[in-house]
Amino acid sequence: MSIRLDRVSRSFGAGPVVDDVSLAVQAGELVCLLGPSGGGKSTILRIIAGLERADAGEVWLEGQRVDHLHARDRDVGFVFQHYALFRHLDVAGNIGFGLSVRRRPPDFIRARVAELLELMGLGGLERRFPASLSGGQRQRVALARALAPAPKLLLLDEPFSAVDAQVRQELRQWLRRLHDDVPITSILVTHDQDEAFAIADRVFICRNGRIEQAGTPVEILDEPASEFVAQFIGDVNLLDGVVRDGTVWVGPLGMAWPARDGACRVVIRSYDLKFWCMNPGIASVARILPMGDRVRVEAILDGGQALFAQFPRRSSLLLGLEKGTRIGVEVTHARCWPIQARVST
Amino acid sequence: MAEARPTHGVEWAIAGAVVSFLGLVVVLPLISLVATVGRAPWEAVAGLSTGEAVNALGLSAAVAAIALAVNGVFGVVGGLALVRHRFPGRRLLDWLVDLPLAVSPVMTGLGFLLLFGRTGFLGPVLERLDVQVAFAVPGAIVATLFVTLPFTVREVALVAEEVGTVEEEVAATLGATAAQSFWRVTLPKIRHGVVLGVTLTVARALGEFGAVLVLGGAITNRTMTATTYIHAAIEGRQTSAGFGMALVLAATSVLLMSAVQRRTSR
Repeated sequence: MSIRLDRVSRSFGAGPVVDDVSLAVQAGELVCLLGPSGGGKSTILRIIAGLERADAGEVWLEGQRVDHLHARDRDVGFVFQHYALFRHLDVAGNIGFGLSVRRRPPDFIRARVAELLELMGLGGLERRFPASLSGGQRQRVALARALAPAPKLLLLDEPFSAVDAQVRQELRQWLRRLHDDVPITSILVTHDQDEAFAIADRVFICRNGRIEQAGTPVEILDEPASEFVAQFIGDVNLLDGVVRDGTVWVGPLGMAWPARDGACRVVIRSYDLKFWCMNPGIASVARILPMGDRVRVEAILDGGQALFAQFPRRSSLLLGLEKGTRIGVEVTHARCWPIQARVST
Repeated sequence: MAEARPTHGVEWAIAGAVVSFLGLVVVLPLISLVATVGRAPWEAVAGLSTGEAVNALGLSAAVAAIALAVNGVFGVVGGLALVRHRFPGRRLLDWLVDLPLAVSPVMTGLGFLLLFGRTGFLGPVLERLDVQVAFAVPGAIVATLFVTLPFTVREVALVAEEVGTVEEEVAATLGATAAQSFWRVTLPKIRHGVVLGVTLTVARALGEFGAVLVLGGAITNRTMTATTYIHAAIEGRQTSAGFGMALVLAATSVLLMSAVQRRTSR
């Protein structure tokens, strides 16, 4: 089911939570709304589902305007953050709820519930009550319940935030496979960039009720549209630079950058840096921090600006590096924003 | 900082004080009642077998059943409305609901009497309709409905506040109508509150004395309830019948509360 939001806004008392948002999702896509808490992601999802009304703007599902439709008539599956299972119903009762309120015949419901139990790996749990299930099981029951009426659109609001890290990984992979197996369009809200980049076809970055950038994970990682996006999506260095004759300089560190002369902010992801021993070099190592499979190396550029890089534990770039070593620095990818533009936005 | 945990001695002292207090105000009166009736149980049985006693108990049961039905429904609707909706007059309703707890039942009865009595504000209207409220069964019912009003509303509101509305949102996205959502999601969620509320309602309805006495008049075989029967029996020096009836009421209350306790503490 294709989705289109056209200039949708919503305010709660203090100010706009969703501010003039337009977005389009193609049928069959899995997209993520990614952003910090309070950025309006969940509200956008709730407006699409019909759980919240928009103050202004239009919501279109499959080419039909649905603003006037109640949530129950939108044919949308919704998975809530904290499962929200019906505590008084067993697993089968929960999964079958959407079919039973639509008055499907009991035989049909039984068959569909059995099919979903199988699909979700919940076989044997149909008579258990939610209180006796693990977090991962509960989340799969919630998902099965949302999928039971065969919606064409699946909306997931931070679905994996309440389960522990390992289960989250599994559920993520599993959701991606499920999405590919079932003809469905999915929108997932998350504040976890790893999650978004791991499973989404496209990512919408939300901030202060607006969409800051939309694109594939690679587009966003390589070409963040703003300093905020660059900073939000991962471990980045944020530095003050000056552009002169097509090169941006951060102290002694120069990178080719075609822009007009002037002060700018430079964003370099920690994976887009190379350090190696070199005397005299342009920086010295300040700290080396092992972080499991990675090593974080912090350095001070001549002129005083600090930056850090991350390398795999066995990287040859780490050879001979220790505190105080003089190093050379190479930047494989960077983005710059003129300071004036920042003020004007 | 010193160890904050109280010593065993202090815990025992507190427990002892609480148990003694409860024993004095709750258990000892009940024991005295049982002991008194137990000294001559056949007299109490004989006293309770009279037509007056049976009629009084029957009226009490009927009034309690009506209070359960009316205030049960009002309690669910009102309790949910108070928690889930914002409407003009909500705060006033919130305040009014507690009023019966604060006002003396005798005053309540008097207020109703001034409203429904022959010379009351609604007196002429009721007379034209040929309906008698004061000193009649409807009076006993109205008085009881008033004093039992808060219980279900309060219990339902308490539970509804706690359970929130996410499951109802789930139900809506799954295609449930408002009615389906209420019967299949909301009501099961708040059922503990409803059960506790209506139990308290019934217990209070059976025990109401002042308002029923003033508005109902405690007319033998007509508006005499179990409690007003006890009063009349003791006034008329038929103490064993009065004690017997008191024991019946006390036993009913204990049974009701223990049934609820078992259901809600699961």
